[in-house]
This record gives sequence, structure tokens and C-alpha cells, in this order.
Amino acid sequence: MLWERPTYEDEAQLSDAVLLPTRRSNYWLAWHDLFDASRHWRLILHLSWQDVRQRYRRSALGPLWLTVSVAVQIGSLGLVYGELFNLNLSVYLPHLAVGLTVWAMFAATINDGCLCFIAAESFLKQVALPKGIFPARVVLRSLITFAHDVVILVVVLAIYSPPSVLGVLASLLGIAIFAVNGLWIGLLFGLLSARFRDLAPIVGSVLQVAFFLTPVIWLESSIHGRMAVLLQLNPFAAFLSLVRDPLLSHMPSLQSFLIVAGITVVGWVATFLMFARFRGRITYWL
Amino acid sequence: MRIDLQNVDIDFPIYDARTRSLKHRVLGLGPPRVGPAGHHRVLVRALRGITMTLTDGDRLGLVGRNGAGKTTLLRVMTGIYEPVAGRLQVSGRVASLTNITMGMDMEGTGYENIVIRGLMLGLTRRQSLERVEDIENFTELGEYLNLPLRTYSAGMLVRLAFAISTSINPEILIMDEMIGAGDKAFAEKATKRLERMMASANILVVASHSSETLRRLCNKAALLRQGELIAMGPVGEILRRYESEN
Repeated sequence: MLWERPTYEDEAQLSDAVLLPTRRSNYWLAWHDLFDASRHWRLILHLSWQDVRQRYRRSALGPLWLTVSVAVQIGSLGLVYGELFNLNLSVYLPHLAVGLTVWAMFAATINDGCLCFIAAESFLKQVALPKGIFPARVVLRSLITFAHDVVILVVVLAIYSPPSVLGVLASLLGIAIFAVNGLWIGLLFGLLSARFRDLAPIVGSVLQVAFFLTPVIWLESSIHGRMAVLLQLNPFAAFLSLVRDPLLSHMPSLQSFLIVAGITVVGWVATFLMFARFRGRITYWL
Repeated sequence: MRIDLQNVDIDFPIYDARTRSLKHRVLGLGPPRVGPAGHHRVLVRALRGITMTLTDGDRLGLVGRNGAGKTTLLRVMTGIYEPVAGRLQVSGRVASLTNITMGMDMEGTGYENIVIRGLMLGLTRRQSLERVEDIENFTELGEYLNLPLRTYSAGMLVRLAFAISTSINPEILIMDEMIGAGDKAFAEKATKRLERMMASANILVVASHSSETLRRLCNKAALLRQGELIAMGPVGEILRRYESEN
């Protein structure tokens, strides 16, 4: 082999050698990049935690500040729309609270995923870190931010509709499945956005439209006829239902499972092929 | 330890607003193209057919004017730019001392940053912790290490960054210009520390505009011009040639 990579016997040395590709297959290198990234979990944890900390740096309320602003948003939207749609608050408020916070996590992961390599330019041009670190940082950052909002969910759900333990576990599983998808989204969209700089704003606009087409501020039950097809085919709705429905004591539909499973498999396969092909080009595009 | 480059080419694609745009790519919108070869990307050849082999004991100085490809070549050896063509083999633990404050967390304390920077330099947490005492002694920051970096003066920050970056023992050390730290009194101590680190590396590659520095540190030199390796050999000979050309 024209270049060699040391085995990972010596756990103590993370970067035992930086090895450069020539004749190794791109697939092998892409796989190794991702594997190597997972060995840098401590760095990923640090980077994402640092990102979160910067948001509440030295503000009086500190970490609470993020939570309070979301709580105010949910409270006011809940009262206004509950009144407008003439809905029972005990149904509407839990639906809205879970929907908004989970949507915020989706949107942050996808939007920031587009920027994962662009934002890390200063790193990528100085050290040869595995590229997989950066999408993982974005996903973890969104999860940490979401964890702040869990306080609100606990309060709202405790008051209106306490979920079962099984429901909570199922919902956590839904979040985990989303996180697995967040990784390929960051990898793929981050790579494409590094090359095509107008992709990130385009994705942002699409997400804004998707927000209104997804049952976050409205209920699934209020939609009928042809519009319902839209709901059934909306991938965001499928992901949301996997997280939200168990918390609100419904079962997510089989269709949601199938859509999510399909997206997970197709997304990862497509991303892996793209990543294998263009991994080495990312630093050239920054 | 070994660095081996065979006919390495590095091309940088140059994109303008239009080729950067997915919208233009997909929809073909925008004003009609002026000039030839609409779909050809503009490429800048940063390195052309570089062939060199470095082994244990080599201390290579890179010389050449601005834009000759010195930094790019260092980045290729570090693993940042993967060659477009040719082959490259690097075996050994590589460290590049270019931006020594990279990744430092202004909100974190000095001690936290020792671990954070260590992670980026490829150390484990435990290895970083083992180096704390050495860094404490060298920086003389004392209690300041318990405070967030934003409270540091510029000089203190550089001292800490320098101490951390030079606490590792890479087998292959890559540097773009010499790094230094602090006021005059400290600079001497810093130079000593850096030179000890360089001496312990099996292979050293350093780009510099200072002939004096290169003569002192290196035994070999390579002259680059417009991305091509013009000459490589004993440091004195190459530097004489470089100086006579300028």
C-alpha cells in the first residue's frame, strides 16, 4: 500500500499519524474519517458545549434565558391560537409546546448543518481533523439546546397530559433517530454548502415554508381532503410524529415509521457516496 | 519516519459568484456568459509535480517568494490539502505549529484550555493533564490559570498558547515561520523551549523568509518558485542561490 495508517492499538495517541490518501479507496477513507471522528468524542462534546455556552455568556439569567424566551413564545402562541382556532388548551398547549421545541431542534440542526464546514474553516485549514467531527458538533449542540427546553415540556405535560414512561422512552428513541439523520444532513448539506454558497439561505427558506406545512401550530385533526395528502407525505411531520405522538399518548402511524426509515437509509447511502467522492475537496472549497 | 511526495499536484478551483451558486448551476439563470469556455472552472495550480523524500534527521527549510507555494506545501504535508494528482505518503505523528491560539476558548480557564488545546493537538485528556505542571512552570501564570482567558493580556494569552503548543513531541514538526512569545526576557526562554521541541522531532519542515533562521535550524533547503520545486539540497547552497536570484 502506498500509504499506511497505524492500527489503533495505542489508544493513547489519537493522531498517531496523519495519512494521506492516494491509492486507498475513497470509501475506505470516508469510513475512516467517520470512525476517527467518533474517537474524538471528547472534542466534539467540548466544541458543542462551547457553542451553547457562548449563547448565554454572562447574561444575568444564564442558561435559563434560552428556556424563558421559548416558554414565553409557547405561552403567547398557545393563548392566541387556542382562542383563534377555538381549541381546548389541555389538548392544544401540549401539542404546541412539544411541536415548537422539537421543530426548533430540527431547524437548528438543518440550518447549522449547512454551515458546519464553513463555520469551521479556521480549524479545517490548520489541522487535519476528521471531517465527521463538525456535523456531530452541530447535532450535539441542537440536542443540548433542546435539553434546555425539556423543563418547559415537563411543566406543560405534567399539568395537561402526563405521558407514560413507555411514551417518554419511545419519544427519546424518536429523538435518537432524528440525531442519526442529523449527522447525514450535516455531512451532506455542509459539504454542498461549502461548494455552493447559496444553498444555506435556500434551505432556510424551505424550512420556513415547511414549518407552516407541518402540524406544529395546527392540529392534524383540523386538516381534511386533499390537503391531508400533504401531511402524509411531509417528512418533517413524520419525524415530528415519532417524537411527539408518544409523549401525547398516541401511537405514531406506521406510515411515519416507514417514511423515517426510508429517509434514514436513503439519506445515509446517498451521503456516504457523496462524502466518499468529495471529502478531500472540502478544504479546497473553504 | 518519512514524508514522501511523488509528482504531487495541487490545484485550487477559483469560483466566482456564479459558479458558487446552486441556483445558477441548476437553473442556468443569470446574464449570458462572457468569454470562452463557459463550463470550465478556473484553476490555479498551486503546486506542480513536487517530488521529494524526507527521512529521519532531515531538517528542511522552505524558501521562495510570497505565493511560491510554501504554505500550501506545508498544508499538504499536514494532511489538510489532499493531492489532486500524484502520491503522498506520510508516516509519523505530525504536528503543525501554525496558528497556536486556534480553538482556544476565551470563556474557559487556563487549565480548561490546556485540555481543550490538547484535544486539538491530538492528545488525550490524560496526556494533557500530565503536561499541566510543565505548562505551569513555563508560563509563570500562577493563579491566572484559574481565570477565564478573556481576563488575560495579549502577552499572557500568547504565553499560554505557546506553552501548550510546544508541550507535545511530534515525530514530524511543521512550522510556517518561527513562532515566538512575549517580551524580550521571555522570548529567550521561549526560543529555547521551541528549539528543544524541534530537536526532538525526527523530521522538521519550516518555511521562513529569514535566511539566518533557516541556516541555524536546517540542514536542507528547498527552493520553490510558482509552485515548482526548483532546487533542493544543502541549506547553504540553496540559500545562496535563492539570495542571488533576489
